[in-house]
Amino acid sequence: MNVIRVGMADVGTASSPDSLRTTGLGSCVGIALYDPYAKVAGLAHIMLPTATSAEEKNRAKYANTAVPMLIQMMEQIGANKRRIVAKLAGGAQMFTFAGQSDLMRIGPRNVEAVKQALSAFTIRITAEDTGGNCGRTIELSGVDGSLLIRTAKQGVTTI
Amino acid sequence: MMEDIRNLGEIQLSCLREVGNIGAGHAATSLSKLLQSEIHMNVPRVCVVGFDEIADVVGGAEQVVIGIFLRVEGELPSSIFFLLHQESAKRLVSGLVGSYGSGDQEEFTEMEISALQEIGNILAGSYLSSLADFTKKDMQPTPPAISVDMAGAILSIGLIQLGPVSDYALVVDTEFRQGDLEIHGHFFLLPDPGSVNLLFESLGVASV
Repeated sequence: MNVIRVGMADVGTASSPDSLRTTGLGSCVGIALYDPYAKVAGLAHIMLPTATSAEEKNRAKYANTAVPMLIQMMEQIGANKRRIVAKLAGGAQMFTFAGQSDLMRIGPRNVEAVKQALSAFTIRITAEDTGGNCGRTIELSGVDGSLLIRTAKQGVTTI
Repeated sequence: MMEDIRNLGEIQLSCLREVGNIGAGHAATSLSKLLQSEIHMNVPRVCVVGFDEIADVVGGAEQVVIGIFLRVEGELPSSIFFLLHQESAKRLVSGLVGSYGSGDQEEFTEMEISALQEIGNILAGSYLSSLADFTKKDMQPTPPAISVDMAGAILSIGLIQLGPVSDYALVVDTEFRQGDLEIHGHFFLLPDPGSVNLLFESLGVASV
């Protein structure tokens, strides 16, 4: 079994028994997609809500472009988008400032944009661990689609 | 025109190193005064790194660190981080907080947190005021915010401004040490897109 690493502003796919892992999610959101029948997993680590220019080269950076990109990559290795379900983690607010600028609200805006992008493909969200103020490292199992979430302060949970 | 920071030449790099040197020199002096002990600093390292590599210098994205974060407002908007490992942060403030410290416990006391914030404030304030003198640009730090968490999660907030235009960050990294107490800290300056060329212009260096 291999653990495939997904970087920041990056996407990756894996088939059972391999898994996908991304580290240090702060305001970024980890989008964990899984087709339980084909046992195909896909993971995106997005930084920003919406790509403003169509020429944007790195589609993995944005919620609205990473979702279709990831679905397409998963279908290439046997997934079917009608069976794909999603789990989300991240979107935290790492720092609290007196003035709540847009920069500070980026986490919740990312989560909102991911949900919109998923609903455009009628992909159901079965579980999420979003918001709060802690960093998260996540690992998506290709065997059963479980998502392991590790934080610095609150230990490990699985959703 | 947005600069492409991957095209930085030797002249621009040494200009940024000098900027870091002057800023950090003043910051180290202020910190020495506050702690009444000698603070050493290394010649700043200027590098252009992929978003994924930015946390490597403090031990990787998952490494738990103390992160003090300030935004720089004014003519050269930037982000500033002061990053320390937990043990270093405890040692750094132990003299300031005395018995209000947490000793060997993992958690930080309120007193330690506010001492760290004040250190961040002083470091950033003196770094920026010397930078402002040097460039004749107006620069104001926001009050510092602090977080104890994974380095990747902390630093990512500094990449949000860069995200829409680049996959790389320009980092001016200065390492601090306090005498023989084994305190290591990193001071990161991350200029926003557009700030880099303005900085070069103000110093009479060709832009990128």
